[in-house]
Amino acid sequence: MKTRIIVFVLIVANIVTAIGVVNARHQHRQLFVQLKRLGHVRDELNIDFGRLQLEQATWAEANRIDQIARTKLGMKFPESADIVVVRP
Amino acid sequence: MSGFRDKGGDRVSPAGASSLRAWFSRKPRSNKPRARAQFNLRARLVAVLGTLALCAFVLVGRAVDLQLVDNAFYQRKADARILREIPIPTSRGMITDRNGEPLAVSTPVESVWGNPQELLKSPDRIPELAKALDVPEDYLTRKLAGKADKEFLYLKRRINPSVAQKILAHKIPGVFSQREYRRFYPQGEAMAHILGFTNIDDQGQEGVELAFDEWLRGTPGAEKVIRDRRGRIVENVDLVRPAEPGKDLTLSIDRRIQYLTYRELRTALLESGASSGSAVVLDIHTGEILAMANLPSFNPNAVEAGNREAHRNRAVTDLFEPGSTMKPVTVAAALEAGVIDLDTKFNTNPGWIPNGRYRTTDTHNHGVLDTTGVITKSSNVGAAMIAAKLGNQQFYDFLSRFGYGQSTQSGFPGEGAGLFPSPARWSGTTKQTMSYGYGISVTPLQVAHVYAALANDGRMIQPTFVKGQPPRSREVLSPTIAHEVMKMMQTVTEPGGTAIQAAILGYHVAGKTGTARIASNGGYSRSYSAFFAGVVPVDNPRFSMAVVIMDPDPSRRGYYGGLVSAPVFHNVMEGALRLMDVPPDDIDTWLAAQAAAEKKAALAMPPRPIPASTPVDPTRPAVSLSTTAVSQ
Repeated sequence: MKTRIIVFVLIVANIVTAIGVVNARHQHRQLFVQLKRLGHVRDELNIDFGRLQLEQATWAEANRIDQIARTKLGMKFPESADIVVVRP
Repeated sequence: MSGFRDKGGDRVSPAGASSLRAWFSRKPRSNKPRARAQFNLRARLVAVLGTLALCAFVLVGRAVDLQLVDNAFYQRKADARILREIPIPTSRGMITDRNGEPLAVSTPVESVWGNPQELLKSPDRIPELAKALDVPEDYLTRKLAGKADKEFLYLKRRINPSVAQKILAHKIPGVFSQREYRRFYPQGEAMAHILGFTNIDDQGQEGVELAFDEWLRGTPGAEKVIRDRRGRIVENVDLVRPAEPGKDLTLSIDRRIQYLTYRELRTALLESGASSGSAVVLDIHTGEILAMANLPSFNPNAVEAGNREAHRNRAVTDLFEPGSTMKPVTVAAALEAGVIDLDTKFNTNPGWIPNGRYRTTDTHNHGVLDTTGVITKSSNVGAAMIAAKLGNQQFYDFLSRFGYGQSTQSGFPGEGAGLFPSPARWSGTTKQTMSYGYGISVTPLQVAHVYAALANDGRMIQPTFVKGQPPRSREVLSPTIAHEVMKMMQTVTEPGGTAIQAAILGYHVAGKTGTARIASNGGYSRSYSAFFAGVVPVDNPRFSMAVVIMDPDPSRRGYYGGLVSAPVFHNVMEGALRLMDVPPDDIDTWLAAQAAAEKKAALAMPPRPIPASTPVDPTRPAVSLSTTAVSQ
């Protein structure tokens, strides 16, 4: 009688864990798909960020700014007469 | 099982019906006179059943064998056909300047590849593919034929993702694309030598890209996928290991000073008709390299294999004879040895002294000079006289302490150590020529390093390309002597010195020119190298800079360091001092210059209103500039 109960319990436990395994596997698949998707989103964002940084750096290239400041905006380096020295 | 049911003879297929009926109808026939061996139904059933059972047993046994005994082997075989571990590409770390401005950025591109075996199965689509790839058809056919037994062939590498999408949109079987990364250098030529470049596989080839390759390179990840016959991914099974992107690197370079240095060096080269040039700017207190420019340069975004000459970072790899930039070190050596003091007099008449079979000559006869005068006028004869008071080994030991003949350990690939023979290999004239910078070779970085040490109370700090490294320093000279030498070098940029072009209004500048004939074919050629090395400001020094310009055309601006290289120093340092907010240490000269300018203006034209209304920012400590200029 006792052994029967034990066997029964073990069988039930076996079935439960088997279902658990299937469930865990399913969860794993789902989460993995989600991970892939989010990783992809992250990569795309990083790529966009890199592109924007590159674009910004290209716009902010020293040579270009120098040229625009001098030609378009008519800026120049202050001559010594334009500089006022203030004593503390 | 079906054998039992067939016994009834009512469920057989028409084809075998007659024979079976004949079989089962034997029993009634057996009673006929034509007697045969006795028919035993039981035995026959046993035989049939036994055979069937045996078959079933074999099948089950085989199944057991497959499923349990050899399971692992077959599973592997199956997996090898459909499961693939594919790499997840990852990007290389970004390189930024000290203020976080990007200097080298990786952006993804697509590489289109094909499976030749697959492609050759449908030759009618190859013209279409060639058109999409924008290559001649026969070229593509030849390429495919050459790799007919392979499964992988790059069709087009590193193209814009949208272009790759267009090629894939043709849906030609056997054409795929994979992601790769390409490096972009927004600063272009100005920083090409420091950064170096990577090859097509994203591995560092030169410069910082090579030196810090391991740090910058990411670790590609891996994932398991199930692929179908055509190589398409059907399902993602598992992540074996995630991709680790490369780490970012913050350099000590300041993009603005770097650009300024590059621009001024280029201007100087154009004006003086020189062939090449290098400039280095060091932060004196931290040893950080703020700028390092070389010409000729190259475009790192489109590296051509042929132009090796321009790829060299001359400021660390090339050796020059330092010329007169050596003299302050010679003086420091003698001061430390106690063989001279500040007031020692040197009679340089008549402008030359013998040196073995040769002569050491000055440009002019400078007459009697004191120690400071030797530096101010850059007298070779004076330097030779000072060195004469020192022993060979003594002089050698002092110079080695200053790092001559040793790499600065900046970590740059291919850094030169310089050429500094030991006294055993000196000839009778070596010490004397060495005292004014001949017979010894250095890199421009070494010169900037030595001058930084003189300015930094005699402490040498290892130069570095990376921001925020804890400075590693060693004392090579007592602070007192370092100060004395600095004061002497200050006279070089003041009226009467050899490099008044290097003077910066509002700051005391200490520096030294150097003009050396370029050694070639065992002798000295008619071409020169023009050196200038200096530090600024003298009180609380911030920057040390070395400029060397090779082979200037003497008919243009001349060939003296003071005429060719000192203006570069002046222009770069003036900008750098402003960019880094360094307070002036010489306001008096500034005020005097301003007063003089005002007087001149007042004389030239009727008095105009004094700019009293100019807005002055009271928060600025010492000096405020009323006009804001755009930063370089």
